[in-house]
Amino acid sequence: MSSLADVARNVPVGITAVDGERGFRRRLLELGLTPGATVVIRNVAPLGDPLEIEVRGGRLSIRRDEAKHIRVKR
Amino acid sequence: MSAPTATVALLGNPNTGKTSVWNGLTGGNAKVGNYPGVTVERRAAALKGHPSIDLVDVPGAYSLVARSADEQVALDVAIGLAGEPRPTLVVVCVDATQLVRSLYLLVQLQEFGVPCLVALTMADEAGPAAPDPRVLAHELGCPVVPVVGRTGAGLAVLTQAIVAAVAAPPTPPAWRWQPSPALARQLTAVAAAFPAGWPPSDALALWALQCVGDDELARVPPAVRAAVAAAAPTEAVDDEAVLGRYRWLDERVAHLMKAAVDRRRTERVDRVLLHRGLGLVIFAGVMFVLFMSLFAWSAPAIDAVEAAVGWLGHQVRAILPDGIVEDFVVDGVIGGVGSVVVFLPQILLLFFLLGLLEDFGYLARVAYLMDRIMRTMSLHGRAFVPMLSGFACAVPAVMATRTMERQRDRILTMLVIPLMTCSARLPVYTLIIAALFPSTTFGGLSTKGLLMVAMYAFSIVTSLAAAWVMARTVKPLKAKRLPFVIELPPYRAPRLVDVLRMMWRKTSAFLREAGTVILGCTIVLWALLYFPRHPAAGAPDFAAELAAADSPAAEAAVAHARDQALLENSYGARLGRAIEPAIAPLGFDWKIGVGIIGAFAAREVFVSTLGVIHGVGDDEGSLQDKLRRERKADGSPRYTPLVGLSLMVFFALACQCMSTLAVIKRETGGYRWPVFVFAYMTVLAWVASFLVFQVGSLLA
Repeated sequence: MSSLADVARNVPVGITAVDGERGFRRRLLELGLTPGATVVIRNVAPLGDPLEIEVRGGRLSIRRDEAKHIRVKR
Repeated sequence: MSAPTATVALLGNPNTGKTSVWNGLTGGNAKVGNYPGVTVERRAAALKGHPSIDLVDVPGAYSLVARSADEQVALDVAIGLAGEPRPTLVVVCVDATQLVRSLYLLVQLQEFGVPCLVALTMADEAGPAAPDPRVLAHELGCPVVPVVGRTGAGLAVLTQAIVAAVAAPPTPPAWRWQPSPALARQLTAVAAAFPAGWPPSDALALWALQCVGDDELARVPPAVRAAVAAAAPTEAVDDEAVLGRYRWLDERVAHLMKAAVDRRRTERVDRVLLHRGLGLVIFAGVMFVLFMSLFAWSAPAIDAVEAAVGWLGHQVRAILPDGIVEDFVVDGVIGGVGSVVVFLPQILLLFFLLGLLEDFGYLARVAYLMDRIMRTMSLHGRAFVPMLSGFACAVPAVMATRTMERQRDRILTMLVIPLMTCSARLPVYTLIIAALFPSTTFGGLSTKGLLMVAMYAFSIVTSLAAAWVMARTVKPLKAKRLPFVIELPPYRAPRLVDVLRMMWRKTSAFLREAGTVILGCTIVLWALLYFPRHPAAGAPDFAAELAAADSPAAEAAVAHARDQALLENSYGARLGRAIEPAIAPLGFDWKIGVGIIGAFAAREVFVSTLGVIHGVGDDEGSLQDKLRRERKADGSPRYTPLVGLSLMVFFALACQCMSTLAVIKRETGGYRWPVFVFAYMTVLAWVASFLVFQVGSLLA
């Protein structure tokens, strides 16, 4: 199982789990990054970080370190 | 105007166009203050045309579950805790292009039984993909009004809907998911521990189970903390609540989007502006323009302000009789007002440019582009623009930290901005370098020029290092890590009226709150260096010498000697002598001490104060000569290049600027942080200068 940080651009993946310390993890969930949701990396900033992602029809940018907490599978 | 009979709160995710809705609903005439205990701006104003309805703006939030005190404001306002009036209605701004995520907050609010009304923003951006408001209203069980805040479309309907909803009967709590029996037991146990002022709702119990424990929240009663600890909630609570809400939204709301939102226009622009090569070049160009406009292009306006203040002082001198009153009015009051308004050109210019960039959608991209660099120093990507502005002047730069949502990010940035080489340090460096360093070359470059470059590099390194260290050592900044989120809004043509309104808001707040402190400090400093207004005993009779002077040159020499004698006997100079033992290990004599005290008004005042104390008036050329010729008792030069270096390091690191401290006080809402900034920078400056001078003396 890999993390969202290892996924290429424009490849839709399904979230299987979100880990991390409780408050941190809860905020990721509240942003719509819940197990079962489909997520796509749409853009990577020129310096390699952060990542602009699409989830539940909306867009937001998170850091690569945070994407590492999001377990995904194809 | 009758007293407000209803309070309406305005909530929403960050970047949902809430500000334009707010401006449209109120006409932009807000009473602005801070929420008690936190430095989050609290705005309240009457609904336009309905003085009995009070509208309260709430900072953008993704969730009601808070962890820090500044995030808790959303919950306090929404359900009327912590002295906030309980709102009759909450207007939730919902971004039509991010429908499901922005409705998460609404689902949370409905669990509290708070009557809601949805203002569906960005409907123009969503275009044909936008959901049908009537169908959406049916699903959500609350009115939905599409608005385009920027053009004002839909605002009249929204106002009418608010008036109607305020009169409607209260709504019962609506839960979109069913808590498991285990969770239901925890909810009941925690709700039983609530104090009298808290509504005994399951929704608030759920809130407590989610965020009490490892939070930084004030005002949570010990009984509630104990009940939560006894219930021992785990991640299962979060899973149940968050997944339950999203499951409902996915099933009932997601399909109401008629298509995927068309983002092609913004994506085309992003392909250029966020491009690996070209994007960074354009970024450098935009930042260069921003920097130059503050650093250089504002100079004519600053000169004009200074000339106007000088002219006014001159006119007043012509009217008033010579004496203390005249000097007080001209040098104290007019000079003090001048030291406030001199900041206006840079403040107006910075907030005009920031407003344009923000409105266009580029400011969020600056954070996106720079985050990789800034975060290595524990700073937010959005700290880049304020820190860059710090090279011009710390005052507008500190004010620009408001673009960051979290208090911790704002304060950390404010703490290091005063370390950037602001333009007021330049005259000091220029004097020291010109007077005390030889004109040699190093590798074909002038050492004097290299020294100036080195001072800039030094300030960048120290400010970034200070951010890194303080993020790890200063307790309120070591906040628990939360996911860093930036949203890249669609590009739009900036609206001048919004930009000008923001500019005006910033400027009037500066004049009202920081301006008064700066004025007061200027007058105190003036008095320190002015009184007791007679030279020490045994001084020559300057009046007689002045009368006897037979040429303008001789007259000027006597006047300079008189001013020197007066300043040498002033309370400020006595203070300078008193601190000499403290600054002697840095290589400074008492005259530099007096200059440092004078520099509090503004760093460049160091040069003129030093001129007067050395009896050369304001002629910088003579001052340079004088500094070079000063000798110690043993005949060796008093001001060596090493003293110069130590002095420059001191000026680079010390917070020699009351205006910066005044504006930090305004932005943080208290004396705690300005005192901290002054203390840490003074200690840093002393230690660094001490090392430079002592180690340098040993090597020499």
